[in-house]
Amino acid sequence: MSAAQDIETLKQKFGEAVTGTTEFRGEHTIEVKLGSLKDVLGVARETMAYDFLLDISSLDHFGEHPRFEMVYELATVDDSKHLRVRSKVGEDEKVPSVVSFWPAAEWHEREVFDMMGISFDGHPDLRRILMWEGYPFHPLRKDFPLAGRPSEMPDVAVTGKAPLEGGPFVTSPGKGNPVTREPRSREID
Amino acid sequence: MRRELVKTFTNRLRVDGGRANVRAAAMVSDNNQIAHTAYDSKIEGNVIFTRVDAAINWMRKNSMWPMPMGLACCAIEMMATACSRFDLSRFGMEVMRFSPRQADVMIVSGTVTYKMALAVKRIWDQMPEPKWCIAMGACASSGGMYRSYAVLQGIDRLIPVDVYVSGCPPRPEALIEGLMRLQKKVEGEHALEEQKKEFFEEMSS
Repeated sequence: MSAAQDIETLKQKFGEAVTGTTEFRGEHTIEVKLGSLKDVLGVARETMAYDFLLDISSLDHFGEHPRFEMVYELATVDDSKHLRVRSKVGEDEKVPSVVSFWPAAEWHEREVFDMMGISFDGHPDLRRILMWEGYPFHPLRKDFPLAGRPSEMPDVAVTGKAPLEGGPFVTSPGKGNPVTREPRSREID
Repeated sequence: MRRELVKTFTNRLRVDGGRANVRAAAMVSDNNQIAHTAYDSKIEGNVIFTRVDAAINWMRKNSMWPMPMGLACCAIEMMATACSRFDLSRFGMEVMRFSPRQADVMIVSGTVTYKMALAVKRIWDQMPEPKWCIAMGACASSGGMYRSYAVLQGIDRLIPVDVYVSGCPPRPEALIEGLMRLQKKVEGEHALEEQKKEFFEEMSS
């Protein structure tokens, strides 16, 4: 069974819950509703033999509703097929943990929780993984400035804003020449 | 106060050499020839007059034991500095101590993230006085190219730095230059005064 056939099977099985599919240069993506995300991933793991979880990542569509999106990269160990599963997540919604399917998900989900602030249901040990315990922000959210925000936790760490003068540390994607896309410094707070 | 201590030190040397001086003086009057009146090879061949500060600083600067705080790519250059091609042991610094209790100079080499900064500070606090710090490379000195929420913008925000070494990463020669600058700095320190500051204050009050 190829990834395209798997997507057909999932479409038939879950019907309404599948909100869209994409094929781009041999990459197959399926978008599902959050409510049946765990079931879809469970089927992919148990009956379609996606035994290798490459990555879990998350997107912040700041200004849209629902705001976040989870992305699961599934593959097989023999590298015969690759499936991407996406699911939109609202700001106050919790995502079901898939640690029971792939133990590798544990740290990936912790990273998503740390950087994006998305919470997981059924995760065995949901702590921050990159930032320290007690850090008040989620740095990869779109409304968090690159320079950082001052945080005061004398027992843990005191952080300040990083100076951005003197370098093109902030770039804006999109059209326009590099002068407008990469100003020497840009205030975004 | 420092001068007084030096005086007592030299006085004691004089007392030890006293008898020899008498004998040497007698030799001059008997034979009526110029001799080194104050020289006795038995004792004074092994005595060098100096200031206590100079002696202490000389010993310190030639046996600096680094605490290698290797955090990023600068650490690779630091390792190269310690290896045979550049050979830190020429300066008495080959003894990289991974225990802060036995280290004199902390070489912070690499990007200091806020999370790691806590550990760096803790290790610095565990090092016994006197201690020095070298910020090796752009990141340790100023945050370097990492203008971000996660990186401490210079280790000098947390611990006092004696020497900054520029570069990204600095070549081993640059680190050696930094260490030699530190040696120069140590040479000029008032070692005894600094070390016994609390003791002197207690005595004078």
